[in-house]
Amino acid sequence: MGLVAKDLLTMDQLSVDEIELILSTAKEMKTIIKRDIKKVPTLRGKTVVTLFYEPSTRTRTSFELAGKYMSADVVNISTTTSSVVKGETLKDTGLTLEMMGTDIVIIRHPVSGAPQMLGGYLKGRVINGGDGFHAHPTQALLDMATIKEKLGGFQDLKVAIIGDVLHSRVARSNLSGLMKMGAEVWLCGPPTLIPPGLAELGARVTHNIDEALRGAQVVIMLRIQLERQKAGLFPTLREYSQLYGLNRQRLKLADKDSLVMHPGPMNRGIEISSEVADSLQSVINEQVTNGVAVRMALLYLMLGQKGE
Amino acid sequence: MEFILKGGLVIDPKAGLEKQLDVHIKDGRILALGSDINEKGVEVYDLKNKIVAPGFIDMHVHLREPGGEAHETILTGCQAAAAGGFTAIAAMPNTKPCADNEGVIELIKARAQRAALARVLPIGTISKGQLGQEISEIGSMYKCGIVAISDDGKPVTNSEVMRRALEYTKIFGIPVISHCEDPSLVAEGLMHEGRWSTVLGLKGNPAQAEEIMVARDILLAGLTGGRLHLAHVSTKGSVELLKFAQAQGLAVTAEATPHHLYLTDEEVKNYNTNTKVNPPLRSAEHLEAVRNGLKENLIQCLVTDHAPWSREDKEQEYDKAPNGISGLETAIPICWETLVVSGYLKPAELIAKFTTGPAAVLNLPYGSLEVGSIADITVIDPQLQKQVRVDNFYSKGKNSPVDGRTFQGWPVMTIIDGRVVMQDGRLKGE
Repeated sequence: MGLVAKDLLTMDQLSVDEIELILSTAKEMKTIIKRDIKKVPTLRGKTVVTLFYEPSTRTRTSFELAGKYMSADVVNISTTTSSVVKGETLKDTGLTLEMMGTDIVIIRHPVSGAPQMLGGYLKGRVINGGDGFHAHPTQALLDMATIKEKLGGFQDLKVAIIGDVLHSRVARSNLSGLMKMGAEVWLCGPPTLIPPGLAELGARVTHNIDEALRGAQVVIMLRIQLERQKAGLFPTLREYSQLYGLNRQRLKLADKDSLVMHPGPMNRGIEISSEVADSLQSVINEQVTNGVAVRMALLYLMLGQKGE
Repeated sequence: MEFILKGGLVIDPKAGLEKQLDVHIKDGRILALGSDINEKGVEVYDLKNKIVAPGFIDMHVHLREPGGEAHETILTGCQAAAAGGFTAIAAMPNTKPCADNEGVIELIKARAQRAALARVLPIGTISKGQLGQEISEIGSMYKCGIVAISDDGKPVTNSEVMRRALEYTKIFGIPVISHCEDPSLVAEGLMHEGRWSTVLGLKGNPAQAEEIMVARDILLAGLTGGRLHLAHVSTKGSVELLKFAQAQGLAVTAEATPHHLYLTDEEVKNYNTNTKVNPPLRSAEHLEAVRNGLKENLIQCLVTDHAPWSREDKEQEYDKAPNGISGLETAIPICWETLVVSGYLKPAELIAKFTTGPAAVLNLPYGSLEVGSIADITVIDPQLQKQVRVDNFYSKGKNSPVDGRTFQGWPVMTIIDGRVVMQDGRLKGE
């Protein structure tokens, strides 16, 4: 059994069974990462390309390592040193890579929908490594792998996602995936950073961080970007931090064994205090390891299956 | 040239006529209407079960020439118009250079005359260079034949400039066509703001960005007594504001496009850039409001806002792709199905939106089938079901979000100046 669609673009496209399959496969993959010799031959002879139109440390590196741990050949393309700077379109860049024999392209792009567009042009597979404000399915899957590992499941969990929901592909993908698995998802932020229509999608929305935190088993903090302040969406980082930052005192409102998560990179002292980020409740570093495991699972399920 | 259209249902909203009649056409004019006209040796077209209407007028078209010939030319635009059942089209002035002077207006007229497939009615800009700062030489352009002024594609953000335009055009009696949006509220919005913009992660453009400008322009129409025509009305609030304007007795008219009646913002969900248009596709409640606005005659005209783009321009990421839908060759069937088949308008009411409606706004001598009038005629087969195939478009713009869909109610004949230029969807003389 593998994944139904050619490409992995959003969490919406995945069934409950597919999500369970990815998470259980990721659990097995994690044992490889913990070994001294981290190499299995599963994807020998397969070629993985990362095509990133935005800066990234953890997503790109974890895809690269995921491929390498399974013996795939991995090529990284950064748009600042490729033909993209000469004005090549996404379509032509994708087709060029495909003609060179690549098996899967992992794309990150600042425009929502760009991976869908690329997937439509290519016969080979595409994984969305984050597009605009739209979707970041591999981040949601690694967050879910972490939650499942620590708490055993998702049914009736209260998950609070706090911060800049408007510009967050992480929030959208987690909302979709977690709701599908039976969790109750709360989204919290200032009204200027909460888009319309979330209640229609089944989310609970609040502008009061205390309400979001109260009794939550999982708290996911989102990165706030300074450029949002410049766009006039909140007055200062100082005020944002006072209203929506997670600190030790506030965290007491959540379940005493709650998990604290962050997709990174963190702004310590702004959306999350160092004290909380480094506390025992924080699983932020576990998320990074699970990121490699989940991406290994996806590459395996999308490339390693025989008899396709 | 002389021929007889036989046995069709003649619908002429201007004359209040709806009757099965033969139409005798000679030398570019309607010679006679009668219940059984027979003339020896005169060609006869059998139009049983077809509707014979005055030539359809589309008062909102982008022909792209001069400057944008990769997307459309005056010739291909006129071909698309004739194929789509239109006998007259008004050309928006946002070309390169823009139509803010006599020279460009004369060029458009000359090339349209050469095409000889549709009447092209030029529209001049409101402001020099479409910059929204100083009003254009409206009088000189009026002498060359402009039927309206508009900075379509861009709003006139400066309220005083808009005021002066509404005042100055009173000399000539032509309307100011306003493209209503508040750019500071649109910001970088890419689609209608709502549930789908949230799901898709595309920046939203709220309905209020249109409505703020609609409200402002209606108030300025009140201040000046000028003639205001609102382009592509797409929101519930705009329709309510039109009701307010009408209650005040102001000279305010409006138009709507087929896509704002038929397609919702949900269509954007596959990031098909052919759904990217300005104003954006709205949610169902707005579509319903615009349909009712047409029904209540708050909106008097249907227009295509035909905005052709080359494939490579639309084959880009959603934020980079330009706004616009190629609409001339699908407008009539979309409107027929959305408004007539579904019961919002009677056939005569729909025909009025494409004939007497725009003719009144633009002071045109067309839109009638009375004896002696110019023989511009559109024939519709109200039962014909056909699939849209963009590859068969005459327009260079293949950017249609309804490619592959089937609609009922297609134009089957276009007659201009007493000449048949289109029959069964194909141009004559091919």
